[in-house]
Amino acid sequence: MKVLLRHTARLLLILMIGGFLAATLVRYAPGFDVDEQQMDSRLSNESVQAMRTAKAGEHNILRFYTDFVRSAFHGEFGMSRTLNRPVKELVGERLPVTMKLIGTGLLVGWLLALIFAVSATMLRLAAYDVFTTFLSGLLLCIPSAVLALVFVFANAPGSIALGLMVFAHVFRYWRNLLEKSYAMPHIITARAKGLSSARILIFHILPVSGGQLLAVAGVSVSLALGAAIPVEALCGIPGIGQLAWQAALGRDLSLLLTLTFLVTVVTLLANTVSEVVGSSFRAQEA
Amino acid sequence: MKLVRIFACVLLLVVVAGSLAAHWIAPANYATQFRDELPNAGPSKAHWLGTDDLGRDRYSRVLYGTRVSLLLAPAAALLSTFLAALIGALAGYLGGAWEKFAMASTDLFLSLPWLFLLLMVRAMLPLNVSPFTSVMVTFLLLGLLGWSASARVLCAGAKNIRNSDFVMLARASGVGKIRLMFLHVLPNLKPVLLAQFWISIPVFILSEANLGILGLGVAEPLPSWGSLLRELENFANFSGEYWKLVPLGLLVLTVTSFQLVLSREGEVAA
Repeated sequence: MKVLLRHTARLLLILMIGGFLAATLVRYAPGFDVDEQQMDSRLSNESVQAMRTAKAGEHNILRFYTDFVRSAFHGEFGMSRTLNRPVKELVGERLPVTMKLIGTGLLVGWLLALIFAVSATMLRLAAYDVFTTFLSGLLLCIPSAVLALVFVFANAPGSIALGLMVFAHVFRYWRNLLEKSYAMPHIITARAKGLSSARILIFHILPVSGGQLLAVAGVSVSLALGAAIPVEALCGIPGIGQLAWQAALGRDLSLLLTLTFLVTVVTLLANTVSEVVGSSFRAQEA
Repeated sequence: MKLVRIFACVLLLVVVAGSLAAHWIAPANYATQFRDELPNAGPSKAHWLGTDDLGRDRYSRVLYGTRVSLLLAPAAALLSTFLAALIGALAGYLGGAWEKFAMASTDLFLSLPWLFLLLMVRAMLPLNVSPFTSVMVTFLLLGLLGWSASARVLCAGAKNIRNSDFVMLARASGVGKIRLMFLHVLPNLKPVLLAQFWISIPVFILSEANLGILGLGVAEPLPSWGSLLRELENFANFSGEYWKLVPLGLLVLTVTSFQLVLSREGEVAA
């Protein structure tokens, strides 16, 4: 209970400071006051002035942020300036799409990484090791946006592109962890006694390295969230990533801030869950 | 493996040298538009990689773009490594409240979706931003936001050194904190610092490429690998025009070379 409370307090504190940092970064960006709508020659001076006055509330960063947090506690996240719709409504529509994309991507990535890591550790074939290392290394060297484009032209689902990105980042850590576990004295003894590979993996390897495997998996959630931006923007998937991209192009501060908040919450939750589960694994091990 | 690493080093040297010599070896300036020829022309004697949709020599743009990416990504990596050393190494060495504060800041930065932040701030630049400002802001942001993971590694390294016997002996013999830091801790952290610096370069190159493809990278007409890759959006219309993939090939080769050299640096650091 104490651990849970500590984690929650830490999460809230990081969230508050992080949100403030994000708002400050945006507020003091060089083009904060520039709005392409104001360049519309059809608008009268009065209309331009009215638009500037409407934006004036965002100038005082502390006031803007306090107002934002206060309304956020009441479930209100303001209006999107570019899409002219409540942010809450936009996020509500798009969050499930992103969650589905990230969920599928993570599942594909973790599954691929686990299959390749386990097979590479068990087979101990130099050629297979070179192949898997080359594959994950190559995927690490391709920008995620390019990978997304390839999937667009191949008419393949974007979640697979996301899965490949996750696989590339997770595979090497998992393989190294499993290799370390396989070299442990009790595993060598088990193998010498003729225990089946599956039994060794399930009953002797995973309980030992499960915590660390989960920690890496937790980190890959934030990676998938970042990769969702190019994947959704380029694959035309109407999720949070695409919304963030549209908001960025339209200089939509309230929308951007809400999205940053949301993604920070998901990242923190993922990290906290993997940390808690990892520590319980370690406690069991001890 | 050693041979592959040597090949990677040679390749990196060739690419860096080629990009630095862009002013002399490029047939044209990156912004010159050849109006007397058709835009999107194929390779010819005058334009080895053809021209883009504005009639600019693609080979020249690749050379200049490589220079921008390969000079500024290491500069951003230098900035992020410096910040990481300042925060992480000091935290590990001093310990106590400073370490707690520094690690909390690191946690904070690690939790922030930095691609979102990058997207946000980059998008807030004025529409008429000069190419120079856009390139500087893009890489400066990469450097300012990318220090946290390195800081954690450096903190752990500094902590190990702080608790080592030779530092205890030095402390016992009356060596001051600043002297200890600069003469004993930092020199021993050099391999870790170098590894973190190398790790950051390909990460920043790829981040700039991603931003460029999304239209939020370096502003036109200045080329970078990211802005050159924007052409890939029309990949479906390429119909066998594989020379348009040269920037992508070059980027992948360079990042791969960095990774290969990096594995050596990692071994040294370990």
